[in-house]
Amino acid sequence: MIAEIGHFCLILALVTAILQAALPLYGAKTEQSVFMGFADQAARIQFTLLAVSFACLTYSFLISDFSVKLAATHSHTTKPFLYKISGVWGNHEGSILLWTLMLGLYGFLFSLFSKPLPAKLRARTLAVQGLLGIGFISFIIFTSNPFERLFPVPMDGLGLNPILQDPGLAIHPPLLYMGYVGYSLAFSMAVAALISGEIGAAWAKAVKPWSLLAWSFLTLGITMGSIWAYYELGWGGWWMWDPVENVSFMPWLIGTALLHSIMVMERRQNLAHWTVLLAITAFSLSLVGTFIVRSGVLVSVHAFAVDPARGVFILALLLAATGGALSLYAFRAKTLVRRAEFDQISREGGLVLNNLLLATATATVFLGTFYPLLMDAFTGDKISVGKPYFELTFAPIMVVLIVFMGAAPMLKWQKDSLASLKNFGLVSGLGALIIIGLTFLFGKSVLGGFGLALAAYLAFGVFKAFRRKGPLSALPKQARYNHISFTLAHLGIAIFTAGAVIMSVWADDTIGRVKPGESLEVAGYTFTLTDVSGGESGNYNYRRGEVSIYKNGRDIKTLHTEQRFYPVRQMITTEAGFRFSPGATLFAAIGEGTSEDGYILRANYQPAMIWIWIGALLMSLAGFLALIGLRSFSHATIPAKAKDSAPEVAVS
Amino acid sequence: MKRALIPLLFFIGLSVALAISLTKDPRRLEDTLIDHPFPAFSLSSLDEPDAVLTEQTVQGHISVVNVFGSWCVTCNVEHPILMEVSRDENIRLIGLNWRDDREEAKTWLAKRGNPYDLIIFDPDSELAIPLGVSGAPETFVTDKNGRIRYKHSGAISFEDWDNIFQPLFKTLEAE
Repeated sequence: MIAEIGHFCLILALVTAILQAALPLYGAKTEQSVFMGFADQAARIQFTLLAVSFACLTYSFLISDFSVKLAATHSHTTKPFLYKISGVWGNHEGSILLWTLMLGLYGFLFSLFSKPLPAKLRARTLAVQGLLGIGFISFIIFTSNPFERLFPVPMDGLGLNPILQDPGLAIHPPLLYMGYVGYSLAFSMAVAALISGEIGAAWAKAVKPWSLLAWSFLTLGITMGSIWAYYELGWGGWWMWDPVENVSFMPWLIGTALLHSIMVMERRQNLAHWTVLLAITAFSLSLVGTFIVRSGVLVSVHAFAVDPARGVFILALLLAATGGALSLYAFRAKTLVRRAEFDQISREGGLVLNNLLLATATATVFLGTFYPLLMDAFTGDKISVGKPYFELTFAPIMVVLIVFMGAAPMLKWQKDSLASLKNFGLVSGLGALIIIGLTFLFGKSVLGGFGLALAAYLAFGVFKAFRRKGPLSALPKQARYNHISFTLAHLGIAIFTAGAVIMSVWADDTIGRVKPGESLEVAGYTFTLTDVSGGESGNYNYRRGEVSIYKNGRDIKTLHTEQRFYPVRQMITTEAGFRFSPGATLFAAIGEGTSEDGYILRANYQPAMIWIWIGALLMSLAGFLALIGLRSFSHATIPAKAKDSAPEVAVS
Repeated sequence: MKRALIPLLFFIGLSVALAISLTKDPRRLEDTLIDHPFPAFSLSSLDEPDAVLTEQTVQGHISVVNVFGSWCVTCNVEHPILMEVSRDENIRLIGLNWRDDREEAKTWLAKRGNPYDLIIFDPDSELAIPLGVSGAPETFVTDKNGRIRYKHSGAISFEDWDNIFQPLFKTLEAE
């Protein structure tokens, strides 16, 4: 019964979405405020219906109702409570429902917080959001119904894939989807503005909070995904350049470019073309990501549902959404005025460079991810592009980006000269030489020294730019938040870079077969396997190894590592034991073996590992802080502010 | 106006490619080498750099040749399945270690266990190219006469093993 209510709510949500798309568009066209105003109610009703539907599915998982096919294939009575909930989105149908719920949530939030915006822009944005809703709800109802029943009802479920049974995975998809789907609003607002042809500073200001919100969640989501992959998959890496990782990274790169181009647009009414295209691209890449994961065209660890029919449907959605938006852009482009040139050496010059570099970086990742697919489509050859390609092409672009990132924030708007950066350049160059020299002496690595110098240079640049504004307390509230978030975000990149460089140059690991009492040595640490035991816990059996770590005779920590066997899924997973610390992360993992022959033991030394995540989390925090700053500033002042700055750009 | 069409044209090109790729099942592809003899080769064994392996390795009994590499992410997923199926003594499972570093490959296997009866070391695609390897993991099945009878692209699942490989072995055994 509950499942049927969920299914019924989905159908009602589809009907609401159709009305949400049609009536406000008609209303905006004919200037009838009743029809435009309907967008608000529709957005709220649609979200409520989707929420009820999602709650029904969650309930079926919680009470282990195995007459619901999805619960039967992805849940199990012995599964812990948290994983019964996360099991809801640990599969194709449920995760698409979550995706759609978030789409509804963003429409709902927009209807709540965008009241001061022009009525037509609001109505059209919500209408486009409704169109997207139609696409995704139909996708669920027609190809991926999560409420399908199963008869006869099985005694017990198949259980969730054990590698997905982890707190990291319980929160990683919702965060990631908050980011992915968040760009739907930037997209809808871009389309709404293209319909009217009015794209100016006021529009940029209105898009900013939503882009920030999506970006902050996406940053957080990707970071959580990296942490999950690191300690659950236990491959000893924090980024694998796996296609599914790449498709979440591309919207992030474009989203970052979007944030920076919005800054130019709201101050100088420039880059309207860029900003609109970036807004469309960010969401399109989210859709492409969904297509990749859900259609199974790329073989990957993440692609857990392979069904061509679903692929066709998502491709059709992509065609309609992105194809439609880009056609509208092509049609409208001449009505958007290209603004006068500006000086290359200026803040906006730096921001344009930022956009170009980020777009190039995205193209590089895109090519690496899709080249195998394109080759296959046109020549029938199947090739694979691995980590070496990305390291070779992506890293140099990042180096150039960081070089400009360190200095550009110190430039003035409109016009500046390189002479103003002379002292900064001299001090940075000298500092870089010292760091490279010291790293070579003590760390025996030129590349490492170069990377660390780059990170230090960026941090120095951020510090100088931070000081330049004078005391924080003297700034108005919004500017203060902006300045803090600029500092934290760029500092985050510096910390991230340092961490990534240290990890790639100095990480070390060793592997061996050891009996209880024997040890492995890695990077001056002694890993001793002190005890091995076996037993049963929850829904798995385990073999547990205790590994104590010593350095120079000092007891550092005792780690517990397990190899688990899940009888329901017939799967084995390895749980490494970790010691996280600011200096070096150590971990040990136990593998196959017997007490006579010894057990396979792996010992890893990963210096500065957690700084990679701290850097990324700082960036996310910076995004949320900027959002708080905007919130206190509120939309209410936008129309007034827009009037006293330059006139709106081009009305068709 | 013309410049404004560039994004749309680019997108259309991409959509066409995506649409074409949808029509292809990435895991099972027809292969021109099916029913042809396994290509001749002379390569070293992963464990013993001095030992020379040739095409005779696959002759005389039904063999499963699995392409893998320590750099290959999907191989991590396939590996437990190979460990499980390699318990069956009747199956001759040969590894083709492709585009890899000898030490890294050994470490990879030491960490996870070695399901293979023997491993051909092919760092420069000397065998992989004539064999038409398109990516890893990929798996070939040869009959008693050393002819390639089946090619599987992508990771093998337990279902694949039960539904495709096992019936195939029965057919080949009966020949």
